[in-house]
Amino acid sequence: MADRITRADVEHVAQLARLALSETEIVSLTKELGAILDHAAQVSALDTHDVPPTAHPLPIANVFRADEVRPCLPRDEVLAAAPVAQEQRFRVPRILGEEP
Amino acid sequence: MAADVRAGTRSAREVLDEYFDAITDREPEVHAFNVVLSEEAREAAAAVDAAVARGDDPGPLAGVPIALKDNMCTRGIPTTCSSRILDGWRPPYDATVVQRLRAAGAIVVGKTNLDEFAMGSSTENSAFGPTRNPHDLSRVPGGSSGGSAAAVAAGFAPLALGSDTGGSIRQPAALCGVVGVKPTYGVVSRYGLVAFASSLDQIGPFATTVEDAALLLEVIGGHDPLDSTSIARPAPDLLSGLGDGVSGLRVGIVDEMTEIEGIEPGVRDAVRAAGAGLEAAGAKVDTVSVPSATYGISAYYLIAPAEASSNLARYDGVRYGLRVDADDVAHMNAATRESGFGPEVKRRIMLGTYALSAGYYDAYYGQAQRVRTLILRDFERVYEQFDALLAATSPTVAFELGAKTADPLAMYLCDVCTVPANLSGHPAMSVPFGTGEAGLPVGVQVLAPTLGEPTMFRVAGAIEAAGGRTPR
Amino acid sequence: MTAYETVIGLEVHCELATASKMFCGCPNEFGTEPNTNVCPVCLGLPGSLPVLNARAVEYALRVAEALHLEVPDRSVFSRKNYFYPDMPKNYQTSQYDEPITVNGWLDIDGVRVGITRAHLEEDTGKSQHIGVGGRIHDADFSLVDYNRAGVPLLEIVSEPDIRSAEQAKRYVEELRATLLAVGVSDVKMEEGSLRIDANVSVRSPGSDALGTRTEIKNLNSLRSLLRAIDYEADRQWTRTQAGEKVVQETRHWDEEGGRTISGRSKEEAHDYRYFPEPDLVPVEPTGQMREHVRESMPELPGARRARYVEQWGIAAEDARILVDVPGLAEYAEHAVAALAGDGGSAKDVVNWVRQDVLAYLNETGLAPAVLAPEMLAELVGLVAGGTISRQQAKDVLAESLREDKWPRSIVESRGISQVSDEGAIAEVIDRVLATNPGVADEYRAGDDGARKKKWGFLMGQVMRELKGKGNAQVINRILEQRLAGG
Ligand SMILES: [Mg+2]
Ligand SMILES: [Zn+2]
Repeated sequence: MADRITRADVEHVAQLARLALSETEIVSLTKELGAILDHAAQVSALDTHDVPPTAHPLPIANVFRADEVRPCLPRDEVLAAAPVAQEQRFRVPRILGEEP
Repeated sequence: MAADVRAGTRSAREVLDEYFDAITDREPEVHAFNVVLSEEAREAAAAVDAAVARGDDPGPLAGVPIALKDNMCTRGIPTTCSSRILDGWRPPYDATVVQRLRAAGAIVVGKTNLDEFAMGSSTENSAFGPTRNPHDLSRVPGGSSGGSAAAVAAGFAPLALGSDTGGSIRQPAALCGVVGVKPTYGVVSRYGLVAFASSLDQIGPFATTVEDAALLLEVIGGHDPLDSTSIARPAPDLLSGLGDGVSGLRVGIVDEMTEIEGIEPGVRDAVRAAGAGLEAAGAKVDTVSVPSATYGISAYYLIAPAEASSNLARYDGVRYGLRVDADDVAHMNAATRESGFGPEVKRRIMLGTYALSAGYYDAYYGQAQRVRTLILRDFERVYEQFDALLAATSPTVAFELGAKTADPLAMYLCDVCTVPANLSGHPAMSVPFGTGEAGLPVGVQVLAPTLGEPTMFRVAGAIEAAGGRTPR
Repeated sequence: MTAYETVIGLEVHCELATASKMFCGCPNEFGTEPNTNVCPVCLGLPGSLPVLNARAVEYALRVAEALHLEVPDRSVFSRKNYFYPDMPKNYQTSQYDEPITVNGWLDIDGVRVGITRAHLEEDTGKSQHIGVGGRIHDADFSLVDYNRAGVPLLEIVSEPDIRSAEQAKRYVEELRATLLAVGVSDVKMEEGSLRIDANVSVRSPGSDALGTRTEIKNLNSLRSLLRAIDYEADRQWTRTQAGEKVVQETRHWDEEGGRTISGRSKEEAHDYRYFPEPDLVPVEPTGQMREHVRESMPELPGARRARYVEQWGIAAEDARILVDVPGLAEYAEHAVAALAGDGGSAKDVVNWVRQDVLAYLNETGLAPAVLAPEMLAELVGLVAGGTISRQQAKDVLAESLREDKWPRSIVESRGISQVSDEGAIAEVIDRVLATNPGVADEYRAGDDGARKKKWGFLMGQVMRELKGKGNAQVINRILEQRLAGG
């Protein structure tokens, strides 16, 4: 399973993760991620045929809340946290891609 | 202390001043805190004293100072996760644990330093500089809750809260010579704990004694309807059984979490000595194998980063915190995250994103979740024969600052003994037991099955009583 | 017979009409001031955690009953990871490999459309693009409102069983009526409560192969749905015929331009990195939960239409109108129930409802729920009993709806009740015939044209005597008798 990570992998993953990595970071991450994944890939040594995945340590289900309205946050407080707010909304630079 | 304040024989104000003296004295060299809340703490202490004067019940932690890891939301008070990306953010709400502490009369004295977003084992990955080990300032306090552990060890507060995702309470507790507890997953509400890896994160206490840790866990534990993963039970009853001793308890020393490569002899000896101490106190002690525990660290370093990559996606410069501007929103997001996150956080986001990405999910994330099942099964099997388990907490005593920063993998291996309990969700705690290399504190880890806290605390109490309290 | 066959599958996003959002207690409301219905959870603030709204689950189970969907023993939420500013956490909490319902169907006009799955997920916020033209690409910046973020959605995915734009429209109409009937949504397309993505491909008639499909996003009216599918199918067929390839992609419907536009400028391929949502626990619908839903299931649109056709003797098309317009069928049922004795039929009621009442509702934008069905019943009674003519009744109804007055009181206060008393009318007719002695004979002797003229003259005279309030039917009948008898 010792897939070495390529520079292209790192660039692709950085794009998915929205990180504008520097050249130095791309180089060091290519090396580090490879080493970490080699170690992590030890998990593939175990035979997990017929073993179900555990997403969660607790075997609980059906946790619900009643459909009741609760108080919201004051809008001023919400917008005060915004890097840029305008007309009671959060302002962002133009959006180039459509929502997928 | 709480008893004195409740009885009115000491004021909360007097207690607080004593701790503030210690903070004034040593905080500049230790750097346990991101922020010390002198004003707020004095107001809260005054309120406790007023309640006592009125004859109202000021709560079980009346006037007891407590330090909070700076990844727990405090209304109106900056909550930074030791990251630049949360620059200027003040949560509009209190975490459930914070609400419970306030209701119990505890006094929050400050927010403690951590590895950025709790990712690390040395508190060196903080945007605000490292915390130092009060026992030796050239060494790390462990991490990620290094600030909380150091605060308790340095006497800045008798109690502190940390969060433990892969050992982030237990390992710094061991390195700083204090008690640190990771409760059963779901015993303490995560509402208001800034998420690192949601299926592993758990808040827990730091204290100087097992009893104090038990008292704190009783206050913060118990069902919270705001956390879907919270167990629908009241807080565990720990104090009443604490003195029951360990006579007849079956305790297993886990081979794979003690007899490991790279473990310091001092640490291994401490675990054996603790076992001997328990035996002397009437427990039946044996060694036991949990074979899959060996794979814990590999599984952990796939699962935790995967969840983290998603949990940390929200830091994008749109709604709060840092923004680095750019022409369009995608570039603004990327520039903000590049500038706001430190190297370790970026490394884990990258790792986690990769592990979840198309074509790799089954080999990495999916396989890690299956290994998690194996670990869970192994422990469940072992707990059929044992009431509690014993292991090392950290393979080493506190190491020098900078010793492992250049090698991420070496740092990750610090967690080899602690991650299995996070993966299985079981409770585990570290109790100081003697000293190791360079006379530094050593911690012994006690583990128990789901909701086995009462037994775990009894065993921890017996180890504490068996001696080996660390020197100050 | 068209040259090609269109293959369509629809993804319908339905906003569930819960009181609060999917994972927090913020109100689920349309049209409130920006960023007022938000809290730490739906804003995705650090440390916040979701807790699932029980009603959203109940609504999904109701839809399962109506659409014959299977409900697996266990379903889980997953995170769909992608960055978009109107999504506060940059992941959408949705369902992926273990949805709450699977494998159902909906019959439309005798055609069975398979439903692959219907799963729960949260809605996103809304961004408004500011700048030249207001369109996304030429905007200078965008403003984001998170009121809608976290509103519960049920995404209903059909099999590619639909074969025409018209059939797609019928599917949506039927689905809409069903969702409305089971009470899970207000299904207002104009408010975004129902949003449609269409997967479209074309192939030669009789072929079993599936062509390359495109996905047309966010069709927010039935008209857009029809036009977009027709345009897109035609575009694809034209390309295919010209030997060009259809590219599998997302396309957007340009309403003004009447065309679909490629949506993917993208270097960026999507990789949603789904994984089980660790902040939520599985949903395992119990027998009790399902029983509770079954007990309260209403009559579904198909059964309801059949009942109206059978019981009321109305046309299928009329039944469809009643069932499709929210609240109209209930209004009609109440009016029918309020009919007094022999004062008119259900069919009469339906005629009024589907014409005059519906026109009034369309004009005013009001909902049937605000009208009193008893008033319509009274009006129908007045016509049936001959008190007023149909023509008079139209005016009375208009006033009744406008002024919220009872028809009988309008008739009385305006003195417009018609004279239907046969004795009184016969008396007037005899008087008119006596005053115009030659007319009857000229009528009998005349040809069709002459007869018509004389009849009109006599009718006018009689009406004048009755001040225009004579019951035309009664006058006609008696006049006919008199002229025939001679
Ligand atoms: Mg969807
Ligand atoms: Zn909310």
